[in-house]
Amino acid sequence: MAEKKLEEYWKKNIRYLFILLSIWFLVSFVFGIFLVEPLNQIRMGGFKLGFWFAQQGSIYVFVILIFVYMNWMNKLDKEYGVDE
Amino acid sequence: MSVKIWTLIIVGITFTLYIAIAIWARAGSTKEFYVAGGGVHPIANGMATAADWMSAASFISMAGLISFMGYDGAVYLMGWTGGYVLLALLLAPYLRKFGKFTVPDFIGDRYYSNVARTVAVICALIVSFTYVAGQMRGVGVVFSRFLEVPITTGVIIGMFLVFFYAVLGGMKGITYTQVAQYCVLIFAYMVPAIFISIAMTGHVIPQFGFGSTVTDGSNVYLLDKLDGLHRDLGFADYTSGTKSMLDVFAITFALMAGTAGLPHVIVRFFTVPSVKAARKSAGWALIFIMILYTTAPAIAAFARANLISTVSNKEYTLMPEWFKKWEATGLIAFSDKNGDGLIQYVGDKDKNELTIDRDIMVLANPEIAQLPNWVIALVAAGGLAAALSTAAGLLLVISTSIAHDLIKMQIKPDISEKGELLWARIGAIFAVIIAGYFGINPPGFVAAVVALAFGLAAASFFPAIVLGIFDKRMNREGAIAGMVVGISLMLFYMIKYKLQGFGGGTAEDWWFGISPEGFGTVAMVVNLVVAFTVSRLTPAPPAHVQALVDNIRIPRGSGEAHVH
Repeated sequence: MAEKKLEEYWKKNIRYLFILLSIWFLVSFVFGIFLVEPLNQIRMGGFKLGFWFAQQGSIYVFVILIFVYMNWMNKLDKEYGVDE
Repeated sequence: MSVKIWTLIIVGITFTLYIAIAIWARAGSTKEFYVAGGGVHPIANGMATAADWMSAASFISMAGLISFMGYDGAVYLMGWTGGYVLLALLLAPYLRKFGKFTVPDFIGDRYYSNVARTVAVICALIVSFTYVAGQMRGVGVVFSRFLEVPITTGVIIGMFLVFFYAVLGGMKGITYTQVAQYCVLIFAYMVPAIFISIAMTGHVIPQFGFGSTVTDGSNVYLLDKLDGLHRDLGFADYTSGTKSMLDVFAITFALMAGTAGLPHVIVRFFTVPSVKAARKSAGWALIFIMILYTTAPAIAAFARANLISTVSNKEYTLMPEWFKKWEATGLIAFSDKNGDGLIQYVGDKDKNELTIDRDIMVLANPEIAQLPNWVIALVAAGGLAAALSTAAGLLLVISTSIAHDLIKMQIKPDISEKGELLWARIGAIFAVIIAGYFGINPPGFVAAVVALAFGLAAASFFPAIVLGIFDKRMNREGAIAGMVVGISLMLFYMIKYKLQGFGGGTAEDWWFGISPEGFGTVAMVVNLVVAFTVSRLTPAPPAHVQALVDNIRIPRGSGEAHVH
């Protein structure tokens, strides 16, 4: 494959990583740790929201992130003709 | 029927199943031995990865830890799952494309150096041995509690079993037994959780019960009730922790990066047929792990509330049978300080009369909740499945490191396939014996060190692999310097503050207030900075290595894992 195309493919991949890892950081470190106290003022049923993100919510989001990445990359691979 | 007979039956059935699978899936070639032939279905591989990953610690200890830590327990929940995001996005697809057998293979080829390869082998052996000893110990504890055999006998039975299917089946045997073990362990974890959730909150799904009201008629949310009980007894609120925010951050990050850097987890992604399958498999692995990891904090809260209402301010002589049984093992201890015959379980250390080992919460929970005997036996079988599956995965890493990374790649490159396979089996035997020895005679430092295996992996492998993929300019000099400085710094901190070497020290002396468990994050950053700086001051990697990096960045042409 042409050098330039490869570079473009890689840049898009990095952009996807940046978006998804930002969400990863947000739900775990920001919601679950840094902002846990203010978020705990908000309630969701019996859960304080910050506590819920730390012990439940972040894990659900992690799973979603991996499957979103898989879908995006499968499409990108096809678009650039580098799929298997 | 008694718990003991039920345990014998259920454990007997599961062990027969594992052995039958091992015989069916014998390995005939090194490729089958190392990576199960590279043809494992992504969902099966996801299950095997989940069982490989969830150890005796996840199954037996985690809910108990959270039960006593409250909010702070989130470091384990997020740390041990968030690592899969890093693994799926930053490592697994590229390492699968690279397509060889081991992590040291990648480090050795990418950094065109046998020194780098050897450093990686040593790191892999340190991480795997510290980890595997803890698993064998877990096997011994379960056997001794439920079948009432001595711990030594328990460890030896466990050694024979792991030996049998790891040595015979290699990765192929291990993969398919791990699939079975996942099913056993998740069933054993969920059944009591569902029973207890129904009893306490009326919800079938523990994750919902966790956030619901208790069914004692008071209409109070479970977590509010726990906070209230904690306040009354002088503990910190259940939903807010006692650790500093910076330390919680550091521990969580170290566990995430460590998870992504653990060789026995990474190697699982070499077993799937393609890059696409590697991405998918990581997602499935996390789904299977999520089931247990989102249930654990619910169990923790149920167990905590149950425990407090069973023991707090109750008469010692009226304690139920499970209390006496665990007291006999020394894992529960009561001393009536004020001589009133009641159990005072309070936050104030001078007045507290009850100490409970965290490790018993999951094992004792079904008894505390008065569930039927077969459920208690099931939990024992689940604990064994968790310990054995992880032990087998680690033993394979150790035997592969010896046969492939040391003998084939360094000492005797012209070794035949048969010879290499023989060495892999000898390596596995050697590893089983050492692991068994440490399981029977645990050196005091094992417990302290197992948790730090993550810090070691975060400080050594994780940066070297990520830089190897994402920084084309990273060279031999930078990576070796980074790994050596990272792992040495981590070892130094661990020995100083955990084992009281180098003058020792207490929590007040921790650097930036970061505990040894969280220090992996600092050591990892130091590794990155050193690697980056050194690489920019030394020559760029040769052209064929840069081409290798270009090649692993695209999925096309992954084929099967090569034999070479």
